[in-house]
Amino acid sequence: MNKLTATERLALIRQKNRPTVSDYIPVIFNNFLELHGDRHFGDDHAIIGGIATLNSIPVTILAQVKGRNIEENKRTNFSMPHPEGYRKALRLAKEAEKFHRPVICLVDTPGAFCGIEAEKRGQGEAIARNLMEFMTLRTPVVSVVLGEGGSGGALALAVCDELAMLENALYSVISPRGFASILWKDPGREKEACELMKITAEDLLGFGVCDKIISEAAGGAQNDMKLTASNIGEYLSEAISRISKTDIDIMLENRYNKFRKIGMFEEQP
Amino acid sequence: MLEDLFKVVKARFNDETAGKSEDSGENVSIPKDLLFKCPRCGTVAYMEDFEKNRRVCAACNYHARLKWQDRLNMTADADSFTEFDAGMIGKNPINFPDYEKKIREMQQKCETKEAVVTGECHIHGYRCCIGIMDSNFMMASMGSVVGEKITRLFEYATANKLPVILFTASGGARMQEGIVSLMQMAKTSGAIARHSQAGQLYITVLTDPTTGGVNASFASLGDIIIAEPKVLVGFAGRRVIQDTIKQQLPDDFQTAEFMLENGFADMIVERTMMRRTLARIMKLHNYEKEKPTAQAQK
Repeated sequence: MNKLTATERLALIRQKNRPTVSDYIPVIFNNFLELHGDRHFGDDHAIIGGIATLNSIPVTILAQVKGRNIEENKRTNFSMPHPEGYRKALRLAKEAEKFHRPVICLVDTPGAFCGIEAEKRGQGEAIARNLMEFMTLRTPVVSVVLGEGGSGGALALAVCDELAMLENALYSVISPRGFASILWKDPGREKEACELMKITAEDLLGFGVCDKIISEAAGGAQNDMKLTASNIGEYLSEAISRISKTDIDIMLENRYNKFRKIGMFEEQP
Repeated sequence: MLEDLFKVVKARFNDETAGKSEDSGENVSIPKDLLFKCPRCGTVAYMEDFEKNRRVCAACNYHARLKWQDRLNMTADADSFTEFDAGMIGKNPINFPDYEKKIREMQQKCETKEAVVTGECHIHGYRCCIGIMDSNFMMASMGSVVGEKITRLFEYATANKLPVILFTASGGARMQEGIVSLMQMAKTSGAIARHSQAGQLYITVLTDPTTGGVNASFASLGDIIIAEPKVLVGFAGRRVIQDTIKQQLPDDFQTAEFMLENGFADMIVERTMMRRTLARIMKLHNYEKEKPTAQAQK
């Protein structure tokens, strides 16, 4: 199959019939027990969290929820979390750490929500706290970008031992539209931005951001959700079992270095 | 001294002139070098007076942006600063058109190779690591070099058991470096986690403006978070929020005072009090004075 361009992938992952975590979770995992709330402010439906089993092993799932229709999207805020969503994720990650349970993050968001309430409750602080705390979380963390990985709002669930991306998923510092708008003052140049930004799974493999590309069904995940789910499940089982065998201090050193080494610069005298 | 510290935490909502944005009364053109027009309250002052007042608006107390050299001179004891990684320059990870050219222009304009200057110094005799971001350099956006220099600063401080003080200012991640810039948020936060686990102190000083990916990483992770009066601090841009929610935003929205009110800053400190406040915090965290206080600079 010919590889799609970044712009074609952007269109594909924004299609209404693109499978979401609501489709995948029941197929990949068993016994999902949803847990609610950040214990400080409320329960954000843009991120669901809970415990399930993967091949009979308990895991904690933290997942950004795109809606499959308007009703669902109203509830999940088009998968744009508020600070309490990130704080819920951190609370559940800490709970997982306490019980030595691996954490699986499913990333699918255009970005963290931008609004008055989000600012009042410290959107920046909530994301920052997750980056810091996940870096030293003493249990395996594996993240998978399913569709859109939008900026800091995605990164807050992507500080991990290993990051995988679905074949057509994108992960970027800002949406292509935002990029064109900020750098060229012309949001109409979205497509050009999309191609320039290097945001496909292959690009990110090259930057060392992505560690593994998971195949989708031919023509996209929507054509065979079960097959795509099974590919995700297979990868997660393998990755979790492999990382769990590593000594925790070595695992944390590897996690630190995964991010530590990213950057392109030179040093002059 | 305690009273002094609290005096600077000004009443926050009684200042009618606060928060007027840049677009108010923009029709009068002002000779740039001669006069300063406050972006917050619109008051015009002679540049000379404004500079003498440490670039603080005499009318509304807005603490305007500083060049890194001025910030350093105001903060560190005389001749105590040693710079780290001065020769580090960025590459062009996504081949963004003319990025290198832009960087070269900025390097000449700002007399530094990148948007943050890091090193170690003494403040009132207390040895510490210091990082100063300069918004004149591409709005101090964070790319590879900013991320790497800050990460190295924390690693050095961890190894040498030193506190870190960062004067943050940034428009956010540097878009021109694509995903590599986003990863600097995780990288710096990781280095802070280790510094923190080693029991060392990190003080953040939020200066104008601290937004985006910097707000969502190291600027929000200080053990103690100080803000300068009236500065802009927030995650999302004002315009982005306005476009999203289609309503007017309150005047004090995303100011230092807003951060204090909502629990995301410990205190607001004026420029004239900054040195002694930083020294006092280091003292209270059991760091020891290494050198006699340099009284030459206040």
